[in-house]
Amino acid sequence: MSIGLEQYLLLSAVLFTIGLVGALSKRNAIIVLMCIEIMLNAVNLTLVAFYRYGGLDITGMVFALFVMLVAAAEVALGLAIVFSLYRSRETVDLAEMDLMKW
Amino acid sequence: MDLQAVAFYVLAAMLVVSALAVVLIPNVFRAGLFLVLAFFAVAGLFTTLGADFLGAVQVLVYVGAIGVLLLLAIMLTRDVHHGSPGNRLWLPASVLGALLLGGVSWSLLNTTWADKAAEMPVPATAALGTSVFDLQNGFILPLEIGALALLAVVIGAIVLVGEKK
Repeated sequence: MSIGLEQYLLLSAVLFTIGLVGALSKRNAIIVLMCIEIMLNAVNLTLVAFYRYGGLDITGMVFALFVMLVAAAEVALGLAIVFSLYRSRETVDLAEMDLMKW
Repeated sequence: MDLQAVAFYVLAAMLVVSALAVVLIPNVFRAGLFLVLAFFAVAGLFTTLGADFLGAVQVLVYVGAIGVLLLLAIMLTRDVHHGSPGNRLWLPASVLGALLLGGVSWSLLNTTWADKAAEMPVPATAALGTSVFDLQNGFILPLEIGALALLAVVIGAIVLVGEKK
């Protein structure tokens, strides 16, 4: 049984779903950031699979590179926000970040 | 079964198990370690797809930088003993995730893809560099904007977490 595009796409769909469910259902802010990283990795896997098996040419890899750049920026800024929240609220529990909640 | 299939299934099993562990394990620090394992598995999958440069960058940026940053954040926030609790939305989130996975799998299995699986992957680092830095159809301006965005993020992070004098 040979490996084709569909196996890689199925794998990244599974990975994206795991990340999405985690990001929606966790209360620890750092775990939510981790789940977002998992989702970005799933998208990168899709882009590289399309590079390898047709559809996107080398552009797929260029896009994956830019996604990595944005992911690095996102995690640095997200952790900075979590740090400053932790400094003022003494917690990283997202259920307690309800200042602007209606 | 050829070697790529073996590598794919081993790495895929590793990836799915460690991603599930990130979501399910109650200990936050161990979840971070499993996330690093998942990043390694993705780097291996990039290599099986012939994207050798992206595999190296994945190890450098994700495992090296982001993994260490996340583990450092977990240790600095001293919230480890609270674990990783779920919120009230876990049931709707799981239903939504199952629906999404079902829909996406159904549609991608019922699509005919232009599959050119017969070619062997070749190292693509040189081709990627040529494509990014090509003067006519390259990505030099997005690259510069990305560098500027990283600079802005560094300054923003310093402003956010810097000591108030």
